[in-house]
Amino acid sequence: MSGRIPIQVTVNGRARAFEVAAHHTLLEVLRDDLQLTGTKECCLVGECGACTVRLDGRIVDSCLVLAVEADGGEVTTVEGLASDGRLSRLQGAFLDEGAVQCGFCIPGQIVAADDLLRRVARPTVGEIQEGLAGNLCRCACYGQITAAVAAAAAAEAGAR
Amino acid sequence: MHAFSYERPATLARAVALLEAHGPEARVLAGGTDLIIRLRDGSLAPTVVVDLKRIAELEPGIREADGRLVIGATTVMTDIAADARIRRRFEALAEAAAVVGSVQIRNRATLGGNICNASPAADTAPALLVHGAVVVIAGPSGSRRIPIDGWFVRSGVTTLGRGELVTAIELPLPAAPMGSVHLRRTRRRGHDLASVTLCCGVDASGVTRLAYGSVGPRPVLAVDATGVLADRDAAPDARTGLLERMLAEATPSARSMRASPDYRLAMLRVLARRGVDIATARLAAAEGRR
Repeated sequence: MSGRIPIQVTVNGRARAFEVAAHHTLLEVLRDDLQLTGTKECCLVGECGACTVRLDGRIVDSCLVLAVEADGGEVTTVEGLASDGRLSRLQGAFLDEGAVQCGFCIPGQIVAADDLLRRVARPTVGEIQEGLAGNLCRCACYGQITAAVAAAAAAEAGAR
Repeated sequence: MHAFSYERPATLARAVALLEAHGPEARVLAGGTDLIIRLRDGSLAPTVVVDLKRIAELEPGIREADGRLVIGATTVMTDIAADARIRRRFEALAEAAAVVGSVQIRNRATLGGNICNASPAADTAPALLVHGAVVVIAGPSGSRRIPIDGWFVRSGVTTLGRGELVTAIELPLPAAPMGSVHLRRTRRRGHDLASVTLCCGVDASGVTRLAYGSVGPRPVLAVDATGVLADRDAAPDARTGLLERMLAEATPSARSMRASPDYRLAMLRVLARRGVDIATARLAAAEGRR
């Protein structure tokens, strides 16, 4: 297969059918074809995590996934975490804790943290650091980011 | 990224036919965590990329068969690190898989890809050497099996031939308990490549297997069958001399930016001693549970 390849992907709960070039990454297609620019392009070598999205239930660096590999799959981007215009508990915690400085890494941080909290309801500080080890923050807001994830986990537990 | 054609074969036979027809012009895509970086930076420019993830015979998974644990080549690090059988019987491999890259990388990076990429720093390589892994290969003339120690040649080069691909990695289930451990040094905790990586396995008969990487062009396996290294009552000089001979194949490059040769060689000795101690203690604990 070369040229444009037809694929079907469910993005943030909505089924989409479109054509992609074989050498375009999931990141490029999300941003340039679907205008979902919350997912950021940064290092392009899988080290910074700014392009983190959930693919078929697991987080990936979308710069290291060809769009055609996602054919038939389900993708959730940071835009898919808020519902009806309301921020998720985790997103609110990032604001409350002042975890956002320049903000560029935050979509990736939040998608990775959301994944962590799906796997581990009450993560320790060590588990939060390990869960977010693939997400770099040049503003070095790691303390606040860790606090935000812990606060969101505590709030979730309190709400149950 | 330059353009290439994308193939998504549904059968192993079709994948082998594609790889045989295109030879070095084709690259195999499994997790993509190494390949896509190299497609983007132009250091690889295949005309065809063959994606293995829709091949029925290559479904990821871990199963027991005929006294072996068979890990499908497309099984990702996350699932290897979480597998109860691997954690219990092949602890070094579970620990190695758990520190590859980040969560995002481990969700994508496959065991087959890690050995085919053949980085000297590959975290799983020393573990597979210690556990006596066998690489299962499919190719134009059928399938073959080779011990992992005959697999790695040098950085990026293996004994895989034209038209061949790895379908599984097999671990023989040890008859007697074995204690094993994976250790490494990195510049920072979390997502980093190893400056030194080492695994040690000690079995109930006293045989110690040491394997180390990131200190030369290929990972190295050294075996002490005398029982001296695992014997805490052995003369310290005897153990030191033995250890020196086992680590003699370490030849770290001065060109690598991650750590100096002196640092790597010094840390290799530290990790080797620590590895023997931990593996011996784990063996004792495993025997105590029997």
